[in-house]
Amino acid sequence: MTATTERSLPSVGSVWRTRGGVELKEFFRQRESVVFTLAFPVILLVVFGAVLDYDIGGGVTFTQYFMAGIVAAGILGASLQNMAISIATERSDGTLKHLSGTPMPKSAYFVGKVVQVLAVTVLIVVILLAVGRLAYGVVLPSGSDWITFVWVTALGSSACTLLGIAVSSLAKNGRSASAMVTPIALVLQFISGVFFQFSQVPTWMQTIAALFPLKWMAQGLRSVFLPDALAAAEPAGSWELGRVALVLGIWCIVGLALCVKTFRWQDRG
Amino acid sequence: MTRTPAATATAPGAVHPATPLDPDAAISVRGLVKRYGDSTAVAGLDLDIRRGEIFALLGPNGAGKTTTVEVLEGYRQRDGGDVRVLGVDPATGGRRWKADIGIVLQSGGGDSQLTCLELLRAQASYYADPRDPAEVLELVGLTEKAGARGRTLSGGQRRRLDVALGIVGRPRLLFLDEPTTGFDPEARRQFWSLIRSLRDLGTTMLLTTHYLDEAEELADRVGVIARGRLVEVAVPAELGGRGQAPAVVSWTEDGVRRTAETVGPTAFVRELATRFPGEVPDLAVARPTLEDVYLRMIGEPA
Repeated sequence: MTATTERSLPSVGSVWRTRGGVELKEFFRQRESVVFTLAFPVILLVVFGAVLDYDIGGGVTFTQYFMAGIVAAGILGASLQNMAISIATERSDGTLKHLSGTPMPKSAYFVGKVVQVLAVTVLIVVILLAVGRLAYGVVLPSGSDWITFVWVTALGSSACTLLGIAVSSLAKNGRSASAMVTPIALVLQFISGVFFQFSQVPTWMQTIAALFPLKWMAQGLRSVFLPDALAAAEPAGSWELGRVALVLGIWCIVGLALCVKTFRWQDRG
Repeated sequence: MTRTPAATATAPGAVHPATPLDPDAAISVRGLVKRYGDSTAVAGLDLDIRRGEIFALLGPNGAGKTTTVEVLEGYRQRDGGDVRVLGVDPATGGRRWKADIGIVLQSGGGDSQLTCLELLRAQASYYADPRDPAEVLELVGLTEKAGARGRTLSGGQRRRLDVALGIVGRPRLLFLDEPTTGFDPEARRQFWSLIRSLRDLGTTMLLTTHYLDEAEELADRVGVIARGRLVEVAVPAELGGRGQAPAVVSWTEDGVRRTAETVGPTAFVRELATRFPGEVPDLAVARPTLEDVYLRMIGEPA
């Protein structure tokens, strides 16, 4: 037996690293989350690419158009859906309460989640680009398009991660979070220009879609994957990158405010 | 059946509310009040738990037991009174304070894709001076499950993992919330010996349980909570005047089961023995069980 020693607490950075590792293992070892979040968008890309291989004008295939949408949907799944379901689960099974009773710095929990979202997002984007390029000859972005690609992905992912954390507080458990968030995500995908060309969506649905981040993520990514000539087919007649940044930025702020206001470490009651 | 009068005065054995907080106690509580809306869950509770003791908190569901413990653990804010846990107000306890306490909840922590050893290593990394995760697994008897994912464990194994997570940070004070619920008798025996070995290492423990035999087996002192107040604090053998209560002697005579209540069972049995040539048939001497006095205290018909 050693006498009580006054050792100092581990540094915040080292606990961040621990939580990052924990979150990666939690995600990649769970078959449901890997299939649902990672494999599903890839399967959709394979199926849509094989079935809807028509020309949308200007020698551009629908698969090229769909690439932007499915990347946006993949980001949505890795961030909003993933966070809402996993945090609701951890709140209802007592994991969050357990952690808040330890000297773990609270920030470490969120850093771990961000590491998870980042890893899953990068992985899904790389797989989608590889499958699109190799199986369907999708033309990859070039030059400054990559910069647009990175900031749209980063900003969209941040907004959706914060929204996912906020939404998790509305659900009783992981199952109810999934039941709540999956249909919403699906509807948003249909009206935001993921599965169809956005210009074919009725105007009133376009208006609704424009209130949410997914439409702006898909639009920003279309500017990356499509030739500039197709900007004329957009509702505004241009890619509106300034507005993309503005709307996604506002959603980041709203999401953060909702998180701060609603996040709980315990179930109600 | 007599009922304990409502505790208007200080409960037997309990701390007098006028006594100042005890800075040396592991836990010191004065006048704790917690309300949920219109209902008062804890209505002025006073309690001192000494360093190094195992204290069992008993009480029916809804008596304020869980609320009290959650205030002590820092999970809930109180509405009134003074609380010190290891000398610190839990409402303001930071990381260093949390590093000195361990909490074993009824659920949580173990439901994971990580293996037992990985979970313990992660947990240990939050603390200044953790125990060796492998040694802790050994202590709770999960060594052969070190590589098994938390999610795949049986109920009893999961509870032992919860205890392992609670003690890996080398806490000076351990909260155990109904730790053996769902255990089979064998697993419960093993768990008890684990708790005793932790006491030998100097850990103070606050245990809540529904099992009175568990409280009797483990606790140095028990406190009974009812209607938001501490009704009594005593060593298990003395609770509710058990030590002085009349014993019930029973035997069989002329083929009939006979019983007698007596404050002097030894003299009674000696006298009884003279009436039989050899053994007194089916002789038994019983004191009221902890359960008997407990049920009387919380006001339920025994």
